[in-house]
Amino acid sequence: MRKSVLLAGLVAGFSTFAFNAAQAVEIEYWQYVFDTRVKAMDQLITDFQTKNPDITVKQVTFPYADYQTRVIAANMSGNGPDVMQLFYGWLDKFAAGGILQPLPADAFPHEKIEKEFFPIVSAMKRDGNYYGLPTAVRSLALFYNKKLFTEAGLDPSKPPQTLDEFVAAAEKIAKHDAAGNVTVAGSTLDMTGQDHQWWREVLVRQFGGEPYTDNDTKVTYNSEAGAQALKFYTSLQTEKKIGAAGFMDEGQAAFRAGKAGMTIDGTFRLGAFSTIKDFEWGVTELPANKDGLRSNYASYFANGIGAKTTGEELEASKKFLTYLTSPEAMAIWLKVVGELPALRSAALTDANLKDPIYGPFLKGLEYAHTTMFKDELGQRQNAIDMTNRVLLEGQSPEDSVKQAAEAEQEMIDAAKP
Amino acid sequence: MGTDNLQGAASGRPGGTAATMPADRFSMRTRRLLWVWGFLAIPILFYAIIRFYPTFQAFYLSMTNWDLVRPAKFVGFANYIKLFKDPQFWKVFRNTFTYLIIGTPLSLVIAFTVAFFLDRVRFMHNFIRALYFLPYLTTAAAMAWVWRWFYQPPPIGVINDVLAIVGIPQQPFIRSTDQALFSVMVTAIWAGLGFQVIIFMAGLRAIPTTFYEAARIDGLGEWAILRKITLPLLKPTTVFLVVFSSIAFLRIFDQVYNMTTNDPGGPLGSTKPLVLMIYQTAFGSYAMGYAAAQTVVLFTILLIVSLLQLWILREKK
Repeated sequence: MRKSVLLAGLVAGFSTFAFNAAQAVEIEYWQYVFDTRVKAMDQLITDFQTKNPDITVKQVTFPYADYQTRVIAANMSGNGPDVMQLFYGWLDKFAAGGILQPLPADAFPHEKIEKEFFPIVSAMKRDGNYYGLPTAVRSLALFYNKKLFTEAGLDPSKPPQTLDEFVAAAEKIAKHDAAGNVTVAGSTLDMTGQDHQWWREVLVRQFGGEPYTDNDTKVTYNSEAGAQALKFYTSLQTEKKIGAAGFMDEGQAAFRAGKAGMTIDGTFRLGAFSTIKDFEWGVTELPANKDGLRSNYASYFANGIGAKTTGEELEASKKFLTYLTSPEAMAIWLKVVGELPALRSAALTDANLKDPIYGPFLKGLEYAHTTMFKDELGQRQNAIDMTNRVLLEGQSPEDSVKQAAEAEQEMIDAAKP
Repeated sequence: MGTDNLQGAASGRPGGTAATMPADRFSMRTRRLLWVWGFLAIPILFYAIIRFYPTFQAFYLSMTNWDLVRPAKFVGFANYIKLFKDPQFWKVFRNTFTYLIIGTPLSLVIAFTVAFFLDRVRFMHNFIRALYFLPYLTTAAAMAWVWRWFYQPPPIGVINDVLAIVGIPQQPFIRSTDQALFSVMVTAIWAGLGFQVIIFMAGLRAIPTTFYEAARIDGLGEWAILRKITLPLLKPTTVFLVVFSSIAFLRIFDQVYNMTTNDPGGPLGSTKPLVLMIYQTAFGSYAMGYAAAQTVVLFTILLIVSLLQLWILREKK
């Protein structure tokens, strides 16, 4: 190392270009395209490179729909990334495919991880090894439009705290035309957005059930509670008429346009909603049930190190990952993307907890669940279909839940190696 | 090397002098054949590597449980058995054929009608023709999104607004299991219309006007002229368009995927064509072996449909 610096120094006398080429270790970082995430990563890389002038990080991005395929294909051809972002739900596939290497314990000691991060990082652990660590975590909350609250005679400083209050507020806000079409939704009902997570990890539990057992390998929502939860969800459209699936195409679009009083969405939506100019909006925790039981769904993208990264690149990758999981990186990520720091100490600061926007999301993290998806897209589709069978085909919630549970169990079993 | 080529080139030419040393072993005809095949070998090799090899690979993959990351294991016909037992597959199969069986004739009838009358329009003829062709030049994804917004429920869907003005109840369109497929099909027909109109018009122009003059002198009505002269003479054009549009409908993907991105092929799989199912199986669930089996089935369908149409073409001669 010292020799190469010396040599590089000599060469630098002749050419600065050669200096860069001789000394810098270049590592590749991969993530998917999402405007704020790419911007945040650009900032992080610049900051990291200033602190580590001997390392260059090249950011490579792909559209979300292609991302996994790209990583897997690149790994097969030996051109994979050194450090990559991955959804926690992809770990089984990535670890089985030999895409990731276990995080070196010297740089990332287990006791430290378990003490300092939120407990949901355990989803990145397989056979006693951690395969990745998140910069940020995401949870859900209820967004509400203060202008529509005021117009409906509701107090915009007292958003609903229970499911009953949620329904009552939504009924007051909702408006319909003469033919009964929704013109302003009390709340968005969009299973293709975050509602399937709300149903799975929150509503099922609040109606007394449990969505899965045995490390999420056994589907258990085919119960009285599951049916009740689905009945509650679908009745919001069919009986209480507080909204309609497909209203304004997407739930988030309806809320953005000021045509929906409330919407359930994640921290990742903060960036997009921050540009709303027509009205003020607030955030509150997801409503509790009658007994005060609350739940939430938390998820995250972790950063892992490629299995084929060795030598100098591995050392550089370890440094980069250490930086990505540092409090200062998390602060930048929070500011640019709006996702919550994954380190407890960085997240649970007084300022964050008192923050009217971050506060509710952070509180949600304390009682959040993380679904261990086996086939994320398939399981999501299954929940969408379950709701559509009731809404469009008139199937009873009991039958639909039963059918969904059987289909999902089959999916989970099929994904077993 | 250099001299060989020169000799070859010379002998390849008719009447070239072919009397030099080692090449004597081959007759002129053989040498010419060698040259022809030598040049043909390049595209054939290219085709074999880029097209045929992956095709045969797909046949092999369809017999494995390959999931992209783990090594493939041979499973025999398990994927096919699973496929034929999968109710989802039969739904998708039915959807694909609905696109084909309703979409193809409907689009051809509309295209012919437009071409037939447009052919007689003199006023701003080129401009109108360009307007019809415009959708064909537009990206399928962009158009699909525009139509997706057209189909929205109130208060933002344009079509539903118009229906409300004329007093017809609002329709759910792409939010309904009954209407969604046809809503998507309309978009696909509209997108391909310009191309079909242009081809039909070229076909119409190719029919000698003397036939029409003779028919009119003989006192044939318009309907009889259409049936006895125009349609029969237009048959080659029609057959070409039938083949072309059938394959397009069997492979429909862009419109469906873009109009239903949040619930691809939905609601409840009612718009899902075979290609989308293959895409989801391969790049959503990463069940490459199973997806390959679906691809082989699609390949077989396309092969049968194409052969059937080739047979119709041949019979005409």
